[in-house]
Amino acid sequence: MATAIDNQATVAHVAEHEHHEPQSFLRTYIFSEDHKTIAKQYLISGIIWSVIGISLSVIFRLQLGFPDMNMGFLRPVLGNWINESNKLDPNFYLALVTMHGTIMVFFVLTAGLSGTFSNFLIPLQIGARDMASGFLNMLSYWFFFLASVIMFASMFIETGPAGGGWVVYPPLSALPQASPGGGSGMTMWLVSMALFIVSQLLGGINYITTVINLRTRGMSFSKLPLTIWAFFLTAVLGLISFPVLLSASLLLIFDRSFGTSFYLSEIYINGEALPNVGGSPILFQHLFWFLGHPEVYIVLLPALGMTSEIIATNSRKPIFGYRAMIASMMGIAFLAFIVWAHHMFVTGMNPFLGSIFMFLTLIIAVPSAVKAFNYITTLWRGNIRFTPAMLFSIGLVSFFISGGLTGLILGNSALDIQLHDTYFVVAHFHLVMGAASAFGLLAGVYHWFPKMFGRMLNEKLGYIHFWLTFIGIYLVFFPMHYVGIAGFPRRYYAFTSYDFTKNIFADMNSFISLAAVFTFTAQWVFMYNFVYSLFKGKKATQNPWKSNTLEWTTPIEPGHGNWPGEIPAVYRWPYDYSKPGAKDDFIPQNVPYSQTPESNLPHENELISLEKEIEAQNLNDQFKQPH
Amino acid sequence: MSELVNDISLIEEPEQTLSMNPKKFILWLFIVSIIMLFAAMTSAYLVRRAEGNWLEYTIPAVFSYSSVVLVVSSLTMHWAYIAAKKDNFRSLKIAITITFALGMAFLYMQFQGWVQLVNQNVFFVGNPAGSFMYIFTGLHGFHLISGLIVLVFALVAAFRFSIHAKSLNQIEIAAAYWHFLDILWLYLFFFLVYFH
Repeated sequence: MATAIDNQATVAHVAEHEHHEPQSFLRTYIFSEDHKTIAKQYLISGIIWSVIGISLSVIFRLQLGFPDMNMGFLRPVLGNWINESNKLDPNFYLALVTMHGTIMVFFVLTAGLSGTFSNFLIPLQIGARDMASGFLNMLSYWFFFLASVIMFASMFIETGPAGGGWVVYPPLSALPQASPGGGSGMTMWLVSMALFIVSQLLGGINYITTVINLRTRGMSFSKLPLTIWAFFLTAVLGLISFPVLLSASLLLIFDRSFGTSFYLSEIYINGEALPNVGGSPILFQHLFWFLGHPEVYIVLLPALGMTSEIIATNSRKPIFGYRAMIASMMGIAFLAFIVWAHHMFVTGMNPFLGSIFMFLTLIIAVPSAVKAFNYITTLWRGNIRFTPAMLFSIGLVSFFISGGLTGLILGNSALDIQLHDTYFVVAHFHLVMGAASAFGLLAGVYHWFPKMFGRMLNEKLGYIHFWLTFIGIYLVFFPMHYVGIAGFPRRYYAFTSYDFTKNIFADMNSFISLAAVFTFTAQWVFMYNFVYSLFKGKKATQNPWKSNTLEWTTPIEPGHGNWPGEIPAVYRWPYDYSKPGAKDDFIPQNVPYSQTPESNLPHENELISLEKEIEAQNLNDQFKQPH
Repeated sequence: MSELVNDISLIEEPEQTLSMNPKKFILWLFIVSIIMLFAAMTSAYLVRRAEGNWLEYTIPAVFSYSSVVLVVSSLTMHWAYIAAKKDNFRSLKIAITITFALGMAFLYMQFQGWVQLVNQNVFFVGNPAGSFMYIFTGLHGFHLISGLIVLVFALVAAFRFSIHAKSLNQIEIAAAYWHFLDILWLYLFFFLVYFH
């Protein structure tokens, strides 16, 4: 009881404080410390990057599908990268592939996805005024912005951007002689990525601190929405794996610029030996994939978390296996760190070690299957509302399953030796990681657009966008499996000069390219919808999806500090949908059990006595004042 | 009533949200990322060493002396913390200053270590055995400089009397980071001696 009185005293004390001064334009919209503004900055940057990244893929898809095509019409954009005979320059093809990978993996699906939704949803869903450190959060965005500027600028220097693949394996990436982009292009790539890592660490440290320290009264870990669990585990993965990439790139920088030999040994160029002796290029692969594999889950987990939330809301059913979902995400996060060598089966690894990594890799199928089944069982006999966000979430489940199945094939070292570095691998990871995460991102935008901008996205355009994209992506990546099984290697400029690829699958490659152009075009429906709805969309209501989580208890356009009054307390888990006996088919987290006697289960009636205790708890309000 | 509640195992007691000072928590997460950075470096060292063609050389003795200096600086850092707790401002300022001076001395000795390595014909460019030595000491030195900057801020705060028994956050953060840098160096030093 004493705490309750203390609490009232605090509230009274709080009311005496004055409100914040309104801030200047620069501090409100540009160098903002508000998590919602930073989230929007990440979203807009992510969208711009995805347009650039996907455009690059369309250009190299045109080259692969139509090797004889006259590319002269691209000269105004690409300049001398289209050579005299109106063909794409082969070195620029490699640069395109590299930049497409780098941009999509890091700048779109890491920064654009986690950056947007972790920033936006963590404080809103756990009931906090803002991130633990608004300043570090702002710094995180501006480090990302600087990294973006440098990466973007590297595409416009005369020798072109880095061309050694997004995995930047040495010696290709370590030697300026290896490719035109191996000089300043590669240097800019490394500088940009170093800044990017700093940005991700600052962001991730903030996410973890906020989730652990700033939850509102009653929001125990067992009442956290699955979105927050996913963002939390993603941030932990990033915190542990990104420093390792920093180490790897530091050593690479020393090899490139200071003449050390960490990764280089006994290399001859034009018959002349380089001075570097004693390095090991495999060492880089170990370090790179220790980040590289968790990175796959850094990209995927946030998408899975948002999908859980969207599927439960729109099936009007509690998520099936809430604790199993958390456990499987933890399992995936843990296993992510001990499977990296499955990217290296063909590096001459000891076959016994290979079989251990194969075993660990295949175990990931277990938690992944648990998640897939839980999505399906949540949908089962639900009262499904097919909103665009819901469709994209179901699309994610589809890609997660069809892409995950080929993961079982590639995880087998014996099969991987045949399929390594073919289009089968490309098809696999584009479905399970690329398309699935992109669908998570799009589902998130459709679902939380009303909270972000106070307006609704147009539903009809959303349906058109979904079906065109969903069909388009399968048309691109399904045939690609066949091309891969036939032995077509990835990162080849053209297949016209080799006997084993000369006469087959040219039509299939053209088909894939046409499907890629089709899918890319379909994205402009979304772009139009996004911009149009930003200004002219239907005004949103406070809780348009009748959802349970705390963000829908804020005003339609939440101000700085999110809740105008006291932060709501939390009494129940976030998935009380269609509870038998309840008046509505949803009961938000901040509704106490004492107000819903008609739907309480026996053990929940016991919880009523604990409500006073929850209310008496520390407000945990970092601003110490209402806004 | 409360007995009844305790009897039902389904019910979880409402717990206060952990409210550690967010800045301290951020420091610990920052330390985790530094640990991972060096874990990667030392594993790279082991992987590379296992492949053979490894240059053997004696580690300059000055690195042992510098380790002692850093351990002593940790003790003086703790003295500063105790002084702050007791509102003993004179000792606080002296202790932070000594810690800072010992930190500078450590950096100087590390540099002397590099000079001796060069005299032994172990260079940064060459066999990775030597390069790793420079990377470990250099990266640690870089982090130690950041520790010194934190110390300067603590010293300024001490002169402004903003560190005292009721406001210990800043000195606690500075001390935790400094002790961590100390332990990190001891780990690297013993690692280098053992896996030589």
